[in-house]
Amino acid sequence: MAELLRTHPLEGWSTRVERLPDTVRITVEPYVAMVDVRLGAVPAEASAALGVDLPTTPNTWVPAGTGRAVWFGPDEWLLTSTTEAPEELEARVRAAVVPLGGSATDVSAQRIGLRLTGARVRDVLAKGCSIDLHPRVFGRGSSAQTTLGQAGVVLLALSDAGDDHGVLVRSSLAGYLADWLLDAALEFTTTPAS
Amino acid sequence: MQLIACPWCGPREEVEFSYGGQAHVPYPDDPGALSDEEWAHYVFFRANPKGRFAERWKHSAGCRRWFNAIRDTATYRFERVYRLDDPKPVIP
Ligand SMILES: [Zn+2]
Repeated sequence: MAELLRTHPLEGWSTRVERLPDTVRITVEPYVAMVDVRLGAVPAEASAALGVDLPTTPNTWVPAGTGRAVWFGPDEWLLTSTTEAPEELEARVRAAVVPLGGSATDVSAQRIGLRLTGARVRDVLAKGCSIDLHPRVFGRGSSAQTTLGQAGVVLLALSDAGDDHGVLVRSSLAGYLADWLLDAALEFTTTPAS
Repeated sequence: MQLIACPWCGPREEVEFSYGGQAHVPYPDDPGALSDEEWAHYVFFRANPKGRFAERWKHSAGCRRWFNAIRDTATYRFERVYRLDDPKPVIP
């Protein structure tokens, strides 16, 4: 029987991504565990059991342990963890929210993460995203579910300077988005002599 | 491109939204008691005004929530948006 190998959808992009200058740095992040949480309201018990106050302000995220809690809707959040296995995270979150009438579903395989850093990343993102990403309105802690190029993404502001953004994209669209980002970053890339 | 104000996310480009038809069409109290004709009216028959119309919209590419909007079908202008649990505004 053939051995099934775990591969990252952007494995084939690493060389081209590494060639980008520091002003438009794209880093492919390793897999993290992600759980989609549905919960009608956020009672204090939920915060205590989860160890994080789920954000109730639309389009924001907060740090949650080693991961993040991202607002997805008035009754929906994405919880991530860089240290727990998907099944561990799902079991822990499920134990916290099911008694309160909520649900938790492992969605780790749905999206992969990219990190865009550098002084020109906002210019790159602006080519395919209509959200105002100026740090005045999209500082650290802001998030947005929107489209970038033609791909649905979750954008996370990771700095107050507008030079550090997390992008979550569906695995099947990751290759398309990586190609799109490389093309959008082209004008900020210096061509080597000869 | 027109911006539509999602009640949760604020103004976003129109392409992020999808249309859901006439709003405030109540589900029949006793579906089993409906005649075929009444059932057809509930499922298929919708108002088609020229002017302000209460409609369902969904922020498909964003928070994926349904909401209602008053839109002018002649100008395509969105006059207001409101949440599903808000009462139907009086349409002048
Ligand atoms: Zn929205």
